[in-house]
Amino acid sequence: MKYALLVHQSQEHFDHRDDKAAVAAGRAYAEALQAAGVFVAGAGLDSPRNATTVTVRGGKRHVHDGPYAETKEFLAGFGIIDVPDLDAALEWAARHPAAGFATIEVRPLIGIGVADARTR
Amino acid sequence: MSESACQAIETVVQDSYGRLIAYLAARSGDVAGAEDALGDALVAALNRWPAEGVPDKPEAWLLHVARNRLIDATRRKQVREKSETFLRQIAEDAATVAKTHEHFPDERLKLLFVCGHPAIDPAARTPLMLQTVLGIDAARIASAFLVSPASMSQRLVRAKNKIRDAGIPFRVPESPELEERVSFVLDAIYAGYTTGWESLMETASTHHAIAAEAVALGRMLTQLMPREPEAHGLLALMLHCEARRAARYTPEGKFVPLDQQDMALWSESMIDEAERHLFSAARLQRMGRYQLEAAIQSVHAVRAKTGHIDWKEIALLYEGLVRIAPRIGSLVGRAVAIAQAGEPAAGFAALEKISADQTLSYQPYWATRGHLLRLLNRNDEAVEAFNRAASLTDDPALREHLLQLAAAGVG
Repeated sequence: MKYALLVHQSQEHFDHRDDKAAVAAGRAYAEALQAAGVFVAGAGLDSPRNATTVTVRGGKRHVHDGPYAETKEFLAGFGIIDVPDLDAALEWAARHPAAGFATIEVRPLIGIGVADARTR
Repeated sequence: MSESACQAIETVVQDSYGRLIAYLAARSGDVAGAEDALGDALVAALNRWPAEGVPDKPEAWLLHVARNRLIDATRRKQVREKSETFLRQIAEDAATVAKTHEHFPDERLKLLFVCGHPAIDPAARTPLMLQTVLGIDAARIASAFLVSPASMSQRLVRAKNKIRDAGIPFRVPESPELEERVSFVLDAIYAGYTTGWESLMETASTHHAIAAEAVALGRMLTQLMPREPEAHGLLALMLHCEARRAARYTPEGKFVPLDQQDMALWSESMIDEAERHLFSAARLQRMGRYQLEAAIQSVHAVRAKTGHIDWKEIALLYEGLVRIAPRIGSLVGRAVAIAQAGEPAAGFAALEKISADQTLSYQPYWATRGHLLRLLNRNDEAVEAFNRAASLTDDPALREHLLQLAAAGVG
């Protein structure tokens, strides 16, 4: 199954994401995912300050400056992994370098091309 | 309808419901789908067994029909491709079971771990176990947990959807995860027991029945995990409490404190069973919360033989319990034991150390406070504490008891 690991964190931690140690830890984690053959995709997200939201209502496009919601903690990055089950996904989430201060939300992916045989 | 067919179906449901659900769900990852398929198979049995006779191996027959239902459901819904793999697996397994007359594998332990999985809402864990492993219907579970049948159904459906959609695996966790995950299963079973315990005054009520089912789950767990000391500990704890059920209230419904209970009313066979499990646990040499709690109950049970309670021993056991898990119940229990062992001032000091936000609405704390203050001849404060305790219980017999204790010190 494929799962998204969504990293929610505070502004304070977000500000330190480019610190040398944080960058190294992030790279090592991505390498570990690849080595285990579970990595599908992943990226960090730029600041919510640089977010723009779009809605289309009644055929009219509305564009706004700012994120979907102003919150103290926000989505700072995501990874997509392909593992046999939730326990394996939780295991990888716990190893995420931000898990010690951020919250890693684990959500199964659905939709075409996502499903695959469970290894049981 | 022939009586023997009905009887046979009843027997299969009683003996094998949880095993059949666990087997089907462990392969499909879908508890609700397994329940539907088995439900259909049971309806088919009701229709056909009276005329065709009870099959040689009823479980294999049901498994075969349930498998067909799962295939039908899959085709209808064209569910995700992964289904194909597991259906092929079930087909092969079912054929083997039917042909060889082998018993199908017991997957109930995996099901218990799924029900107690940390990704499941804690409030759904115990109901999920009762429904899937023991086959208790949602309405009865709802009434035991004092929620409406509709909201209990909703809670259960949500949990089952999450098991299927989030891919919660049917597996027995490995070390180092195992110990914590076992504790979730144990806690869920114990939650079922205490739900039954608190209102056990109404002996005919559903609460009573749920406590008995929790004991059944506890027995099952010791059979499935014979080398898990805490499983034996939990069962011993529940059995010791269960053994005293008849003594906890007078025939008129008055509450009787443990140290004043008529020991002739205690169930000797349950106490014996509890002691056997405590012994099994001790031999496995890994102490834990439930073993300590059971050991405390065991010391109380010894009163039936010696006529007195070894409070020093109980205080020691509470000391260990507080060290493992400083729960409010254990902290209060320790204070009682210290006081009863001949040091009321030290006991009261221990009670005073518990933080106020924990004790605010915890009835046993206030009842204990009343007892200890009375031992210390601080009667006015004792009356106040007993009254406070009385206002914190929903058990009318216990309230009456506490109010009498308060009144005893007035005037």
